Amino acid sequence: MKLNSPFTRIKLTTLGLLLTTVMIQGCNDDMMDHEYSVKVTNLTNNQAFSPIAGVLHDDSHKIFALGDMASVALETLAESGDNSGIIDDTDNTASGSGLLTPGSSETIMLKGDEKFKLSLLAMLVNTNDGFVGLESVDLGDLKKNESLMLHAKVYDAGTENNSEAAADVPGQSGEGFNVARDDRDFVSIHPGVISQDDGYSSSALDASHRFDNPAAKVVITRIK
Amino acid sequence: MKKLLSTMVALSALGASQVMAQDLSLKVTNLSSAIYFTPLLVAAHDGNNHLFMEGAAASTSLQAMAEGGDFSGLSTDIQAIGGEVVENPAGDLLAPGGSTSFTLMTSKTNDRLSLTAMLLPTNDGFVGLDSLELPKKKGTYTYYLNAYDAGTEANNEVINGGGAPGVLGIPADPGGNAGSDGTGITSTTENSMIHIHRGNIGDMDATGGVSDLNSTVHRWLNPVAKLVITVN
Repeated sequence: MKLNSPFTRIKLTTLGLLLTTVMIQGCNDDMMDHEYSVKVTNLTNNQAFSPIAGVLHDDSHKIFALGDMASVALETLAESGDNSGIIDDTDNTASGSGLLTPGSSETIMLKGDEKFKLSLLAMLVNTNDGFVGLESVDLGDLKKNESLMLHAKVYDAGTENNSEAAADVPGQSGEGFNVARDDRDFVSIHPGVISQDDGYSSSALDASHRFDNPAAKVVITRIK
Repeated sequence: MKKLLSTMVALSALGASQVMAQDLSLKVTNLSSAIYFTPLLVAAHDGNNHLFMEGAAASTSLQAMAEGGDFSGLSTDIQAIGGEVVENPAGDLLAPGGSTSFTLMTSKTNDRLSLTAMLLPTNDGFVGLDSLELPKKKGTYTYYLNAYDAGTEANNEVINGGGAPGVLGIPADPGGNAGSDGTGITSTTENSMIHIHRGNIGDMDATGGVSDLNSTVHRWLNPVAKLVITVN
């Protein structure tokens, strides 16, 4: 090994500089130099959204992913509308102020750095475990004052059988979260609600609660 | 010197073929809650050819795929015009929630991507992608795919093993959630062109009724598949 050849030395120096740069970035307290407003509009006919939960997160974890098993925090949100397991006390997360009724809009503010991804979730309260969501949207290309419009789909957490029974649906004064997982136990695109008007006699839902994709319009604007 | 020259020629030839080709990694995920995909056919081809087109009549090869899951005709057709294919990357049915990852090397003229797989249990439903213009820049790209109706068979929702082209009926429900002795929801197809599938209706009667499918299990909403393409 000719460790002291000029070529090797240059390479090692470059590597050293790179490492220093990475460490400076890693130690920087001000990781929140980007700020986004996220405006959510409920496009359904009669499915109020539970308080929306917005999260900016890095690539090391996902809030949810199609085909994956739901976390308990996701199960809780999807079955009861309680987003407290998703929201923390940092500016990386934000909650809506209350139910977002059909036709209404609400804007939440989130901070993060350019490598962060946006996930967004809210329960459709007249379902067993359905939620409208955005799954790890990359905002890296969004420049300051630019906006991105996305349509959000309805997911099924797969943690509760879609009985549509009043006792199991929060919007019908039924139960919210329970620990049982009596469905397929992976996140899929929601198959929709059937309703009593379409022959599901034990359903507490009617035709007004049916929905299709997309269920929400989301406008993301980078403020800083 | 002669040897070195031939090595250089070989190297430059290798370089040229790399310029001509695109190295793609693909991942397909079944997003439905209870609908299975029959073995996938994925094809890179030129802009003049298609596995299927929205609003056009299904070819006999497409019909065989959509009614019975047999992609061999489509694969032969697209390879005959110089297309490159990946057949059955999952090695089996792709179950709800399941994914399959695979690679595809394309030549420069094959700059479009198409994909098909029958949806089970349906009469002639399939997940499809028609002639997506392949991204050129390195990176990762995500697409969502819809369910189509081939328009070649009435959606009677009766499971009777009928998978051959022109034979009415659904071959099977791999998930084992189907009923029996349904009388059949309909015997007609209103739109005989390829169109967006209206979805399964089903009923709540496991041993009769109009459908062998279950309303609480076999319905879906679009999209039914997620395709992630990584340009390497």
